[in-house]
Amino acid sequence: MAAAGTLVLSSVSRPFNVLLMASDPPPEEGPWWGIAIDITTCIGCGMCARACKMENDVPDEPFYFRTWVEQYTVLNNGEVKIESPNGGIDGFKSSVPEEEIFKTFFVPKMCNHCSKSPCTQVCPVGATFESPDGVALVDEKYCIGCGYCVQACPYGCRYLHPEKKVADKCTLCYHRLKNGLAPACMEVCPSKARIYGNLRDRDSEIVRFLKEHDYQVLKPHLNTGSKLYYNGLTAEIS
Amino acid sequence: MPAQINRILLLFTAFIGLFLVVRHFLIPETFGQYGHYRGASLDDISSREMVFADKEDCFACHDDIMEILENEMHAGLSCLICHGPGREHVDDPQLGNINKESGREFCGRCHDIHPSRPLDVVNQVDIKTHHTEKTNCIECHNPHALWEGME
Ligand code: HEC
Ligand code: HEC
Ligand code: HEC
Ligand code: HEC
Repeated sequence: MAAAGTLVLSSVSRPFNVLLMASDPPPEEGPWWGIAIDITTCIGCGMCARACKMENDVPDEPFYFRTWVEQYTVLNNGEVKIESPNGGIDGFKSSVPEEEIFKTFFVPKMCNHCSKSPCTQVCPVGATFESPDGVALVDEKYCIGCGYCVQACPYGCRYLHPEKKVADKCTLCYHRLKNGLAPACMEVCPSKARIYGNLRDRDSEIVRFLKEHDYQVLKPHLNTGSKLYYNGLTAEIS
Repeated sequence: MPAQINRILLLFTAFIGLFLVVRHFLIPETFGQYGHYRGASLDDISSREMVFADKEDCFACHDDIMEILENEMHAGLSCLICHGPGREHVDDPQLGNINKESGREFCGRCHDIHPSRPLDVVNQVDIKTHHTEKTNCIECHNPHALWEGME
């Protein structure tokens, strides 16, 4: 009888733990991860996209990416051409004659690890979430593969894994972060165009980067609380 | 209270009780530990296997190359960029179980002349015409000490 009573009681109170938690301010200690990407120093080698596929066992087909590189070409007539052959994994070849180009640059893309992420809010089963240190993650054991989050992400950073049948996305190499190592894409960047770091640590590389550059986030009007800051973001980039 | 209401009430309570008990067993143990998700999934994700080695590991055995590279134009490049993940090699170092990619296409990923590639970040050559008397770039440029043996 007593056992049954406790059972019922705890099952009544447990669902509310979440509500109680939600009213708590985010913990002030521990890291709060953010990312910075410098478009002006990206050389478009595509090593990041390649390393990501190796590190995270991302399917090889050219439409599954956790990170990829886009080549933007603004032509003299104002037209904007965006290319990403195989996500940049095999490097880039120029495709437009030089005299037609107004300007051109590479834009690496990856999950923005938003602090008000639209993707985690639509999950019907609580299988995707923002971790206490600010990384948007997927719980593979409980994901039902409905694909709502894939549609909800305004940056196109999620896909349904063809074998596991669950939503999959950049984890900021959470398994490496926890071991004190850099995410694979940052590790192999030759020109420090990708930086990650603890936004709460005033001396971290990323905070210094943000102090020294005029950064901007993608689609700020959507108020996603993106923590991926770009230097050199121009009006053409979406 | 009329008897038929009592019976309905009893049925209701039984159903709700049953619902709560079933719910108790269906919700995972750590759900709600940090928020509206299963807390233990954080451990699942952080315990995944790492594929790329720690570049500091290379120090233990290849400190000679790391010292050369430190004072070179390639200083900012991690060993893992050119040598691949290297996990297997660090666990059991042998000739041949690490990537030694070279050649015009490989170096060209960073150095081939390309309008989108900022010139102030990386010096570029046209890999189709640059010193074609030798096929492989590393026949002239030592990948670790780029200008070694050249003026
Ligand atoms: C435990 C010691 C050890 C560590 C750690 C280690 N290596 Fe090695 N490495 C060796 C030995 C031994 C050889 C073989 C040298 C030989 O026999 O000439 C070798 C050979 C190599 C070769 C040449 C392979 C070939 O087939 O010619 C490369 C490239 C290399 N290491 C890169 C790395 C990189 C990059 C790292 C860091 C991720 C690393 N090594 C870490 C011991 C180590
Ligand atoms: C720019 C790309 C590049 C980087 C960065 C680089 N290597 Fe290499 N490394 C090469 C290439 C290419 C070869 C193959 C040379 C050959 O085939 O003879 C090589 C060969 C080696 C060898 C074989 C022995 C030798 O001297 O030829 C070792 C050991 C090695 N690298 C270790 C390292 C370590 C340790 C680092 C990091 C400090 C590093 N490399 C960084 C491109 C690179
Ligand atoms: C991942 C990108 C990357 C790869 C791959 C790479 N390099 Fe480099 N390389 C750089 C960067 C970055 C610099 C330093 C910046 C600069 O050139 O101004 C550099 C510098 C150089 C320089 C010196 C340029 C100068 O002005 O002194 C030479 C020569 C060179 N690399 C040759 C090679 C060769 C040969 C290979 C192939 C084994 C190679 N690189 C592979 C990124 C790369
Ligand atoms: C036959 C030897 C030889 C080969 C092969 C060779 N280089 Fe060079 N490289 C040189 C010499 C010599 C220079 C000095 C400047 C010059 O002559 O252009 C140079 C200069 C460079 C520079 C600096 C250019 C600058 O503007 O300062 C880079 C970068 C470079 N080489 C990369 C490469 C790459 C990448 C390859 C392979 C596709 C390669 N080299 C193949 C001999 C060679």
